[in-house]
Amino acid sequence: MIGSSSSPGRLALERFLRDRMAVAGLVVLVLAALAAGIGPLLLGIDPDRAGDLALAPPGAAHWMGTDIHGRDLLARVLIGTRISLAVGAVGALVSLMIGVAWGVVAGAAGGRTDAWLMRVVDGLQALPTVVWVMLGMTLFEAGLAGRFAQRWPDALPVLRLAAMMICLGSVSWLTMARVIRAQTLVLRQRPFLLAATALGVPPVRWFLRHLLPNLSGVILVYLTLSVPSVVLYESFLSFLGLGVRPPQASLGSLIADGASQLNPIRVRWWLLVFPAGLMALLLAALNSVGAGLRAAFEPREGSR
Amino acid sequence: MKSWASRLALVPVLLWAVATLCFFLLRALPGGPFDRERPAASREVEAALRARYHWDEPLGRQYLRYLGNLARGDLGPSLKYRNHSVNDLLGQTVPVSLSLGALAFAVAMGLGIPVGVFSALGRNRWADATASLLTLVGVCVPVFVLGPLLVLVFAVGLEWFPVALWGGWTRAVLPTLTLGLYFAARVARWMREGMLEVLQSPHVQAARARGLGEGAVILRHVLPVALVPVVSYTGPMLADLLTGSFVVENVFQIPGTGAFFVNSFFSRDYPLMMGLVLFYCLVLQVLSLITDLLLRWIDPRIGS
Repeated sequence: MIGSSSSPGRLALERFLRDRMAVAGLVVLVLAALAAGIGPLLLGIDPDRAGDLALAPPGAAHWMGTDIHGRDLLARVLIGTRISLAVGAVGALVSLMIGVAWGVVAGAAGGRTDAWLMRVVDGLQALPTVVWVMLGMTLFEAGLAGRFAQRWPDALPVLRLAAMMICLGSVSWLTMARVIRAQTLVLRQRPFLLAATALGVPPVRWFLRHLLPNLSGVILVYLTLSVPSVVLYESFLSFLGLGVRPPQASLGSLIADGASQLNPIRVRWWLLVFPAGLMALLLAALNSVGAGLRAAFEPREGSR
Repeated sequence: MKSWASRLALVPVLLWAVATLCFFLLRALPGGPFDRERPAASREVEAALRARYHWDEPLGRQYLRYLGNLARGDLGPSLKYRNHSVNDLLGQTVPVSLSLGALAFAVAMGLGIPVGVFSALGRNRWADATASLLTLVGVCVPVFVLGPLLVLVFAVGLEWFPVALWGGWTRAVLPTLTLGLYFAARVARWMREGMLEVLQSPHVQAARARGLGEGAVILRHVLPVALVPVVSYTGPMLADLLTGSFVVENVFQIPGTGAFFVNSFFSRDYPLMMGLVLFYCLVLQVLSLITDLLLRWIDPRIGS
């Protein structure tokens, strides 16, 4: 779509690049992704290796200090950021697939199907989502984890991450479904889609070739907006101990470790301040990119 | 009014659906709550236990028994706290969580509404400063970051407030702020947007043209209309408040429902878990119905 200078995608891109906050957010995000992606390799410190120097404050040897087992905090924060971002991105993708499928079917089918599908969305909206994620993780831990642990013990952490991505994705799709349905209802009445219907274009082709390209802007916006909320939920779960398990770390579990070291006798601020600060920075960046994209694709609603 | 009544009628249906889903999902898990970690109980003891909790009956009958008890408001015995029923535990923990929630709600509204109003009017430097601070908190400092940071600064560093536990107003300050500030930010934003929109509208110009004082214009003609977005945000906010309370009760060791709920996942206390899931669903449904009534009262256009 991007190519000719006046295409909607091109215009949106130009609007986005004029938004300083959004561009700053994007830069922070790219840097964080690079740090999380290749940082651990460059640093060359094993985030799980216990050292002799426990609870050392930040210094030349350990830039962010060490934790209670003498593990390097910088290495753990980098690997934790990698896990948080990965869960956020994949979880958002899962929610995207469910949300788009649900919204398109509801919007394109109309009538009774639409009414029922949207009633389900309303019903789910009225339930506490995080409770479902917690139940889902319990089902995984008690039901599947035991079986997998016997056969492939090494694969368990990866499976747990996958379970978390699926659980989080499968509760975060409601807004996406609503927006996609509304957009589909509007687009369906446009002449080119009416023409495609009249010409008897098969449904899959109708969807992929004619509808989807016109939904891509909305999809991109809500995908970006749902990443921070999935990151937040993941950290929330890991903070409570229901997400990643030690020795694996995510930003949430690192914050929980830092919080557990809070006591009036000895202040180990670095254990809390570094992961918490990074989490705040990431959320701010993700949100400003999302807001910028939304303003770029929906210029009328710019201020929100 | 008809749709409100039909929503009310849907509450028991929803609770039944949730109870059924939870019951069969949790019963599908391999292994009972009695056969973990601990050395195997003797056959007789185990049989007695199973009989006491009716685990020896066919699944269908257990399900009917659970539903029957549920209809009478009996949530059954807790598996971890052997001498307590789930109803007992709810009776002890609900008042604590309710007061925490009410305090946080009061902070959110009491801080958010004035800040939103004054920053929309744009004449108060304090309101503007508070508004930008709140926005920052609302966007990038989630509850599990804010809580430990407040403890680090105000309890460990300055020693103004106790680090944890519940009871007395000094203990309530930090948990209330942790939970309340995030939502105050959201409320302030909605209030500000509502105000800005209403200030532009013809009826406000008409009121000014009639020579009404600015105070009367704001109080009588702007505020009631500008409150609509805030009140409609209350529904989703209450669900998030619930999620946040899990973290806050965990950080500050407050003996509320959230702490017990999270613990029930680790001890696999399924009756307690289910009881709390149902309780949360019921509370959210009731509160969202009340919000709905309130909205219709403020803005009679809705629902007619």
